[in-house]
Amino acid sequence: MSRIFPDARLKRQHLLDLVFRNTTWLFAFIVFVILAAIVASLVIGSMPAIKAFGFGFLFSSEWNPVTKQFGALVPIVGTLATSIIALLIGIPASFGIALFITELSPRWLKRPLGIAVELLAGIPSIIYGMWGLFVFAPRFAEIEPWLTEHLGNVALIGPLFQGPPMGIGMLTAGLILAIMVIPFIASVMRDVFEIVPPLLKESAYGLGATTWEVVWNIVLPYTKIGVVGGIMLGLGRALGETMAVTFVIGNAHELSGSLLMPGNSISSALANEFTEAVGGLYTSALIELGLILFLITFIVLSLSKLLLKQLGKREGQQT
Amino acid sequence: MISLYTRRRLVNGLNLTLSLFTMVFGLFWLGWILWTLLAHGLHGLVPSLFTQMTPPPGSSGGLLNAIAGSFAMTMVATLIGTPVGILAGTYLAEFGQRGWLAPTTRFINDILLSAPSIVIGLFIYEIYVISMGHFSGWAGSFALALIVIPVVVRTTENMLRLVPNSLREAAAALGSPQWKVVMLVTLRASTTGILTGILLAVARISGETAPLLFTALNNQFWSNNMNQPMANLPVVIFQFAMSPYEDWQNLAWAGALLITIGVLGLNILARVLFRQKAQSH
Repeated sequence: MSRIFPDARLKRQHLLDLVFRNTTWLFAFIVFVILAAIVASLVIGSMPAIKAFGFGFLFSSEWNPVTKQFGALVPIVGTLATSIIALLIGIPASFGIALFITELSPRWLKRPLGIAVELLAGIPSIIYGMWGLFVFAPRFAEIEPWLTEHLGNVALIGPLFQGPPMGIGMLTAGLILAIMVIPFIASVMRDVFEIVPPLLKESAYGLGATTWEVVWNIVLPYTKIGVVGGIMLGLGRALGETMAVTFVIGNAHELSGSLLMPGNSISSALANEFTEAVGGLYTSALIELGLILFLITFIVLSLSKLLLKQLGKREGQQT
Repeated sequence: MISLYTRRRLVNGLNLTLSLFTMVFGLFWLGWILWTLLAHGLHGLVPSLFTQMTPPPGSSGGLLNAIAGSFAMTMVATLIGTPVGILAGTYLAEFGQRGWLAPTTRFINDILLSAPSIVIGLFIYEIYVISMGHFSGWAGSFALALIVIPVVVRTTENMLRLVPNSLREAAAALGSPQWKVVMLVTLRASTTGILTGILLAVARISGETAPLLFTALNNQFWSNNMNQPMANLPVVIFQFAMSPYEDWQNLAWAGALLITIGVLGLNILARVLFRQKAQSH
């Protein structure tokens, strides 16, 4: 009796262990299944459009629900153009902010500044959109003629800045995206800057380097993989951002050489047209846009993840 | 010709000034946006905002149905997403040393964490809204739950990893089975951290608009039925802000202020919680 009883209890505990372990396994598996299901459902949903337009979908700028001709070029260009503008402004700004917080800021100011940057990341994107449309765009419309005057005649980039000063358009969308990605890139940069061993920095200071030389020649080379990873993370955010862009991009399905003209991005085309889309092919074309967006962000985010992981590995080797 | 020394000092000074300038640049936008919200939304924060339904164009009203709808969907999404996230995170931290699933899930989870939320909306539309034949509050909640899951998985795993192994070993040495070690020791040790993650997830979904556009849609009236299209703050703000009616735009600003206060408040609360935990260690 006294031997059998504990045995049975032990067995029960082993069984519970097994159940518990497998339950957690199942839920981890669910996360995996979700991604597969997202890709599968998007592919199935966009099948009619893929069959109807093939690869030409990617390169056609036509978007006509009446004649049922759809092409993704305009939204793809809009998505890429706004994201590139966002990075061109966001990267230097984030670098400056991360540099300020890690190297220059007095100790007592670090926390408040960090929180301020996090708050910028916390503001919902629809707020950026409203602010962009009602407050920023009218102000920006007053600056645009100046841009046209000063940059409109410069070789190569000139045509990008010609056009009517409406305030809304791809440049405005890109600028607002820049403000939105700054907190993401800046906080990754800050985190990776902080892993630089103090010994390295102090050695450089000991040789007489200035703060800037330490950052540019020691900190940045040491963390470059992580910095690129952070930039990719910001890019992933910018590509998929919906509401802020929808408010200010102008939603015009026209390819234009100027950044001041209204355009369209994949996410804003979806936000504006999806619930109104009638007819299987129209809906399907929109879902294919979603699939393209998902694939682009998937690639960008995977790269970012791999790069950040590499930095983590190197850090592991050296400590 | 300036000497090398002067030039280096000049370059240093210039770049550090630029760095200060970018910091001011970042804070400038934060200040401008918050100020705009206060300037446009503050006078809209009156009691009727919380007691009346969204009005037809041209008349006054409040946002009661939208606030209630947002509350309901956020709650359901959190209730669905949190257990899934905690269990999956537990697997990653406690049992994921071997096998293919843990690294793969970790990778995928990080992708889902930053995946475009509008695509999540499309996905729920495809698999739920189409088969049900109508938009519904449930669909909106499911879309939001898919955004909650990766956040909770991530924080749960990170927090469990902070628990020192000696705690696990001590519990195991007393003869506790593995499920008791995890449930009563490691998960309990990281409660505050996981709670922080849940709060951050709630903050994230309360401002999400894109996934609700094709799932919950909107509803001008009060609705208790999760099976019907449901009003929610973000979509109401979107619709009202884009409208030409001044009454609607004013309501949109008031709603925007409300959402921002909520989201930033949750963010700060989460941070305070986490800081207390960090100090108690």
